[in-house]
Amino acid sequence: MGWLFLAFGIVAAFGLAALLRRAALQLAPAEWRSALADMPLTAAFGLMVIAIYIFVALAAPLLAPFPEREVVGSQFQPWSLQHWLGTDRLGRDMASRLIYGARNTVGIAFATTALAFIVGSLLGLWAALRGGWLDQTLSRFVDALMAIPSLIFSLLLLTIFGTSVLTLILVIAAVDATRVYRIARSVAQGIVVMDYIEAARLRGEGSWYLIRREILPNALAPLVAEFGLRFCFVFLTISSLSFLGLGIQPPLADWGSMVRENATLITFGDITPLLPAGAIALLTVAVNFVVDWQLYRASGLKEQAG
Amino acid sequence: MAALIRMIAQRLALGVLTLFIVSVVIFFATELLPGDLASTLLGQAATPETVAALRRQLGLDLPAPVRYWNWLTGALQGDFGVSLANRRPIADLIAARLGNTIFLALYAAALAVPLALILGILAALWRNSVFDRAANAGALTAISFPEFFVAYILVLWLAQSGYFPSMVRISPVSTFGEKLYMAFLPALTLTLVVTAHMMRMTRAAIINLMAQPYIEMARLKGMSPLRIVLRHALPNALAPIINVIAINLAYLITGVVVVEVVFVYPGLGQLMVDSVSKRDIAVVQAIALIFASAYVLLNLTADVLSTLTNPRLMSKG
Amino acid sequence: MTHDLRKGALTRRGVLQGATALGAAGLILPGSMRAARAEPQRGGTFRIGLGHGNTTDGYDPGLWDNLYAQVFAAARHNQLIEVDADGQLIGEIAESWESDDGKTWVFHIRQGVTFHSGKDVTVADVIASLNHHRGDDATSAIKQFFDPVVEIRADGQSVVVTLDAPNGDFPYLMSDYHLAIMPGSDGKIDPTSTDGCGPYIVESFEPGVQASLNRNPDYWKPGRAHFDRVEILAILDSAARLNALMTGQVELIDQIDPATIGMLEARNVARIISIPGNAHYVFPMDSRAAPFNDNNVRLALKYAIDREDMVEKILGGHGAVSNDNPIGPANRYFYADMEPKTFDPDRAKYYLRQAGMDSLTIPLHVADAAFSGAVDAGALFAETARQAGININLVREPNDGYWDNVWMQKPFVASYWGGRAVEDHMFTTGYAAGAAWNDSFWEHERFNELLVKARSEVDEDLRREMYQEMQRIVSFEGAVVIPMNNNYVMATALNIGTPDQISANWNLDGFRCVERWWMT
Repeated sequence: MGWLFLAFGIVAAFGLAALLRRAALQLAPAEWRSALADMPLTAAFGLMVIAIYIFVALAAPLLAPFPEREVVGSQFQPWSLQHWLGTDRLGRDMASRLIYGARNTVGIAFATTALAFIVGSLLGLWAALRGGWLDQTLSRFVDALMAIPSLIFSLLLLTIFGTSVLTLILVIAAVDATRVYRIARSVAQGIVVMDYIEAARLRGEGSWYLIRREILPNALAPLVAEFGLRFCFVFLTISSLSFLGLGIQPPLADWGSMVRENATLITFGDITPLLPAGAIALLTVAVNFVVDWQLYRASGLKEQAG
Repeated sequence: MAALIRMIAQRLALGVLTLFIVSVVIFFATELLPGDLASTLLGQAATPETVAALRRQLGLDLPAPVRYWNWLTGALQGDFGVSLANRRPIADLIAARLGNTIFLALYAAALAVPLALILGILAALWRNSVFDRAANAGALTAISFPEFFVAYILVLWLAQSGYFPSMVRISPVSTFGEKLYMAFLPALTLTLVVTAHMMRMTRAAIINLMAQPYIEMARLKGMSPLRIVLRHALPNALAPIINVIAINLAYLITGVVVVEVVFVYPGLGQLMVDSVSKRDIAVVQAIALIFASAYVLLNLTADVLSTLTNPRLMSKG
Repeated sequence: MTHDLRKGALTRRGVLQGATALGAAGLILPGSMRAARAEPQRGGTFRIGLGHGNTTDGYDPGLWDNLYAQVFAAARHNQLIEVDADGQLIGEIAESWESDDGKTWVFHIRQGVTFHSGKDVTVADVIASLNHHRGDDATSAIKQFFDPVVEIRADGQSVVVTLDAPNGDFPYLMSDYHLAIMPGSDGKIDPTSTDGCGPYIVESFEPGVQASLNRNPDYWKPGRAHFDRVEILAILDSAARLNALMTGQVELIDQIDPATIGMLEARNVARIISIPGNAHYVFPMDSRAAPFNDNNVRLALKYAIDREDMVEKILGGHGAVSNDNPIGPANRYFYADMEPKTFDPDRAKYYLRQAGMDSLTIPLHVADAAFSGAVDAGALFAETARQAGININLVREPNDGYWDNVWMQKPFVASYWGGRAVEDHMFTTGYAAGAAWNDSFWEHERFNELLVKARSEVDEDLRREMYQEMQRIVSFEGAVVIPMNNNYVMATALNIGTPDQISANWNLDGFRCVERWWMT
């Protein structure tokens, strides 16, 4: 029964995605049309899901029937018209918390990943460009940090610096930035030996210009691919941290922590924890469908150019 | 070949440097944590006098740099000391758990690597087909569930109905078959967690090569697509695949504390978290160094294998 | 990470004042549970899955601090004195004891008891075991309890302990779980040895994982130690514990997530045992610091909490509402008729106005290390307080380091007590001016005066009046919010038999489930 329902949902979603793609094709400005025309259905689906998530995140106060933190009644109420998805362990409306969770979770994950990418890729590109002792020092240090298991390292840092949302973002971003640094550096090392970089150097362009205008555009594809996965790993990190007793500040609703809070219920076959887990999974799949599409386009365009 | 040996030597030297930095970072991070072993051991019952007495006994009253130096000189002579918390030699404490950790990592890898390669190759072969999309979506779904959650679901399906135990109780007398049976659920959980990454990389690496002229040539010669992939694309795509396998193997050794907790598996991760929370620095350091060594050696192995599979890299030195 | 020491380090009930029924302390099992009861029989392997246990656990009795260490110790050791299921002191290695003046205590050592190694338990062993916790170099968690001890010496088959002042409750101290009797040599025990004179002999122990023990064939107690073998497993994850019980891999678990108790009961695969006692959860405020130095603010907070809702949601109903009273229903002088405080936002607002405020914003620092469900309890508290114009900003602190960094450091936190069997002990440890664990830094002249007076009062009615006045003072003028008394909740497989009465003095039948329970 559940499987049938799921299958129906997937078929319906893709149908909707197809319609959406057709509508977008009609409405979009001419220069986007070629890109949209060869957009696979999966990417359309991914874009649709991301759009819905962003909408839910922004409009959470309008959509949610109850405030995020309000206790509305007894705990673990079944699904009903009043409480669409029942209530959680403290008697808060589950549907409302899921909706607000979109805002917090996606916001935190985005901020963290963006920060990690800005810091990691800039340092990585800079190290590759400058080489020498700067590259050596940074790389050795990053190597050492990467050799420490990330979850345990985050645990250590959060215990030292406290567990506000800001520290959480900074710590996870710092740990993730080491991974991004490595990719950015290795990609950029292939680019800095190119003739056009040499030419730009001879023109007397500064490092910042070279990174921004010459290296970054050519290194973007692998970085985007990494972004897709890293973005989703942030949820998992928060969830694992809350498993070990740290994590997001209550009463903020966040999907990673919501999975953890309700996880024991799965032992009895109760599907409550599947809701936030499903929300994370859907977003992961959607983001990566879009990323795959972008990668495919990037490689396709290059082939034509070469 | 000389170039290869030089590279290995150079990388090993850098590895030692990495280990040194790791030990400094871990030591001083542990120092920064609130409280020390004496106060955490005594807990709320701690009084200033008992804490001071315990500190004296444990040698914690010395300044941090001195303690680090003592540890370092000991470690360089192969003496990692005793656990300050229960006075057991660290080698004893760690040996059995290291064995368990490596067993689980290899078990999960033995399941995950072939699965990921097969799925990745098939997905590349039939790219953009329903199979490709479904394998991709399935793998992404599997990695987007937190590990403990995957574990709980597997326990619900496979342990509550009595097929496999929900808890791993390995003892020194367990036979290999018993171990495989008991550790099946944690290994399966980890398989689900790491397969996606390796599968996606396999697929991407092969697809990347499919546009190369020599593949085109083989195709024109009328070779079957499977043969092209296996004989021509895969060998040249090995470098990135080996790298991603190494990263995931390192993860299987160092990053599985959550799975250990859920399945009550006596591995190193749990020991490290416990020791951090008790501020048992000697144990924390020893495990951190094991983890870091695993990471360094696996990366080195991956690079050596990549070089060996790709003669062009070798000549480049 | 767990600090169970505070869960009632000792049960000191004035022995000089005679034995009063502590009946409520032991649970009278409901009828349905009696079905599981049969005559104890020998045999079987008893596997216990505990939510405690650490890879740093060791054999040193001075450092045992969690339930795992406590149960493991109870399985292999005996103490001088045991607390039985209804709270009475009974002799263990001490056959009997006496004192004429409360200052000099004579413990007569039981003859014919042997250690697992075969050696006889002697007076010298007992003295070595006690001295392990005493003296300048001692690192024992209960060192402070030996501060008044002037001398410990042998006298024939007896041990004589001399105190610097009379203390009628001293034998209660000797029942503390840290005071395991171990073989001594040269006046010292070996804190790395497993040798004891208890019901089970250690076969293997891997800290933080498991311990296996076999029945001591020479155990001296009749009608105890029914299992052939005991295995104690550390299963820290609550879902893993539930699964282990439900799939028959263990016979007993502790710390059951309240959210799942109902579901577990409905499965009919386990028996839930819920023991009410004096244990309670508490939110102490720093009464020296503004705004908590104003009793109106404290009262406002006390009326801004929904106690019934909390018992339901945080304890899953396994507990009782407390009226900010550290003295529990199992205590002798418990003030049951004290005017209850119900959740009343208007009244809270009234007290807030009395304090000259319209609204109030305060941080509350919590971690699940304080008690399981503390973060959730804080969230509930914040929700109800908001309706009274009090804005509680919940700050979730790391479990790791909570007792070092937060408790008694931040002005408004969460904490727990095991409660004490004696009123004086509870008040002296947690509420007397300057007491080490006075976590609200509270000083009340009248209260402190009564505390001293009540100790020496012999008239039962007067004494009751004094203790009840003190409870009233703490409840209405103290700086702690105590919303609930929590039960000890555990679950066993259906084939485990238990006595009718299970001790409320500590968890798991006073840690003695290993020697008191059996397999049917």
